[in-house]
Amino acid sequence: MAISFMACHALAGTQSNINSTIYCPSRHQPLVSGRLDVRRICVSMRAAAEKGHTSAASLPGIPRASKLITSAVAAKSEATTSSPSTKPGHEVLLFEALQEGLEEEMEKDPRVCVMGEDVGHYGGSYKVTKGLAEKFGDLRVLDTPIAENSFTGMAIGAAMTGLRPIVEGMNMGFLLLAYNQISNNCGMLHYTSGGQFTIPIVIRGPGGVGRQLGAEHSQRLESYFQSVPGLQMVACSTPYNAKGLMKAAIRSENPVILYEHVLLYNLKERIPDEDYTCCLEKAELVRPGKDVTILTYSRMRHHVLQAAKTLINNGYDPEIIDIISLKPFDLYTIGNSIKKTHRVLIVEECMRTGGIGASLRSSIIDNFWDYLDAPIMCLSSQDVPTPYAGPLEDATVVQPPQIVKAVEQLCQ
Amino acid sequence: MAPSISTFRRAICTRVNASRFLASPSPFRNFSSSTEDSTPFTVDIAVPFKGHKIEPPPQVVETSAKELMTFFKDMSRMRRMEIASDQLYKSKLIRGFCHLYDGQEAVCIGMEAALTREDNIITAYRDHCTYLGRGGTLPEVFSELMGRKDGCTLGKGGSMHFYKKENGFYGGHGIVGAQIPLGVGLAFAQKYEKMKAATFLLYGDGAANQGQLFEALNMAALWDLPAVYVCENNHYGMGTAEWRAAKCPEYYKRGDYVPGLKVDGMDALAVKQAVRFAKEHALSKGPIMLEMDTYRYHGHSMSDPGSTYRTRDEISGVRQERDPIERIRKLILFKEIATVSDLKNIEKEVKKEVEDAVAKAKESSPPDASELFSNVYVKGYGSQVFGCDRKHSTATLS
Repeated sequence: MAISFMACHALAGTQSNINSTIYCPSRHQPLVSGRLDVRRICVSMRAAAEKGHTSAASLPGIPRASKLITSAVAAKSEATTSSPSTKPGHEVLLFEALQEGLEEEMEKDPRVCVMGEDVGHYGGSYKVTKGLAEKFGDLRVLDTPIAENSFTGMAIGAAMTGLRPIVEGMNMGFLLLAYNQISNNCGMLHYTSGGQFTIPIVIRGPGGVGRQLGAEHSQRLESYFQSVPGLQMVACSTPYNAKGLMKAAIRSENPVILYEHVLLYNLKERIPDEDYTCCLEKAELVRPGKDVTILTYSRMRHHVLQAAKTLINNGYDPEIIDIISLKPFDLYTIGNSIKKTHRVLIVEECMRTGGIGASLRSSIIDNFWDYLDAPIMCLSSQDVPTPYAGPLEDATVVQPPQIVKAVEQLCQ
Repeated sequence: MAPSISTFRRAICTRVNASRFLASPSPFRNFSSSTEDSTPFTVDIAVPFKGHKIEPPPQVVETSAKELMTFFKDMSRMRRMEIASDQLYKSKLIRGFCHLYDGQEAVCIGMEAALTREDNIITAYRDHCTYLGRGGTLPEVFSELMGRKDGCTLGKGGSMHFYKKENGFYGGHGIVGAQIPLGVGLAFAQKYEKMKAATFLLYGDGAANQGQLFEALNMAALWDLPAVYVCENNHYGMGTAEWRAAKCPEYYKRGDYVPGLKVDGMDALAVKQAVRFAKEHALSKGPIMLEMDTYRYHGHSMSDPGSTYRTRDEISGVRQERDPIERIRKLILFKEIATVSDLKNIEKEVKKEVEDAVAKAKESSPPDASELFSNVYVKGYGSQVFGCDRKHSTATLS
């Protein structure tokens, strides 16, 4: 199969800087790792084609692809996800996007303040609050002692009077120490006080499995907090939605937990210059499709996108939805998708037992049972503490080849 | 084996001390004050304050006839309310947990005398009287206790969740100790908004051993927040006496680097003096810790008889010698502000008030079924979770 120069130039035009691994479509082996280098791909593909390895075009029943797709998301002009901006926008890394959102809201509303360990003078352990203490002062960007239970409680108490604090957990796992405050005071006070108190607090921080950080620093708190009534939970996955969700969470009158991921802070994307927020209760349609609905969030979105490249080249047409809102679920978007595709695959980083996927699965069964043509598949992390050793750690989370296999199984 | 409550009991029993307590060398002494008279006069505080890293305030406090009458009436009302709650609980109209405050009334009355509504008070679950002191009404209390919709938190909070935001009363919390970081947050907000007001964080001798108290105290002291820790030491953490739970039962000293003051919590005037002093300290220098030496007549809650871990003699002894209402009664009679029958009339009035409130609350209905879902989230949030055609809603959260 000849790859035209036109196609190569088209590929060169895509602006993807995400560190990614391109998989050889027919063999599921990595072709190119590290930064996307279009020319190398073209050369290798041509070499592979000449040797007789063909792409999906040789598989029965699947139409011959005229150009190789390296990006699962449609080209910029047709994309439903990219920001509808009129100005050119600017490139940021995800942590910078969070910082921009935070700074803009702090400038706008003097009641917004930040509390956490090393958020002030140190600038934040992931640089999300860098420069803010110099700008807004030590009281508004408060360096707390290591006392999660107490400073979370303190933030909730301040929120009861009308301040809008943002609590940073240096790692979300540390907030387990503040579970009582988050569950009983943060989540429930609006209810038990008969509506007298609102708690407009944002609790944010990095979580998820990182690069060999060890079991206690690789927790997925969304599964622990999801049943606390009164909380809203959202997970960001790109710089665009990170900034939008941060701003929306700060403006929300409800307590919002914003889940970031340790490994996504250096994602780069072009975001609009103008002020924008993302809806806290709306899922993001990353890629429209018709064969299967893949529901995912946070880091797994990127694993799904990688797997999707393979799937598309194999002739599948997955619809990928980043659920964004972990509590409550955007059953409208999800439902419309299921109505179209009739097959669901959930890809999450929570453990199999009691995770977001478990709840989502039962929500879908309750509401959309009649629309399903196959059992809902759920790929989750293993029910183990995250081991330190690299290969073992990789085996605890869902990897793209598993996603590809799962879709193939579902679509049989 | 009950511990000896304190040496104060013995101190107050002697006639010498009694006369010292009641006599006042003030030039304002007036033999026939009317009950509405606001002319100030001073009264000696019998039990000496004890300071930790601080000079205690003077042992005299200014008060007036009007104030004493208010104390008497308010404390009688609180006492009646708690007794009525006891009866309602026994007739199964109040369910769940019911923690009664009778015996400790002087603490909240004295505090209210020294504070404004700009100051905040936050406490744990023994909050019925504190709520009343902060401007709550009797029907609201009884309705909430019985789970009716006219309750102060719409019947959804219960005994342990009384709040009155507009009067600076922040509750009402079930998990003891957790209200302390909240309280430090309230003080933080007061400092942030540059208000000239303080926050009083109440907790008991049981909760005094919670780690989050000390974490929060560290932060309050670090940033000079106007937080006053008030330990209502009634000497028993449910069934465990203080000496069995705390290595150091001198709770006013537990702040270590934060100064402390021990106060006779059964003397409303002493409490008033201490609280006024503490507020000044909090606004100018930073946190301070108060220990109120007080006593509860009932058990920990209505499901605790209160006599398995202490003797009935102890309870009746305190009732005879240290009862806060009796103390004020004696002072009023000595100062001839009112007569015995006047005071009896006030008690009758208050009893009627309470009975009327109970009757009114009994008439109130339980909350509507739709209230199950109200106030989970703030209204106006995209609170409907839809099925896929948007016409059929699967859950409404408001």
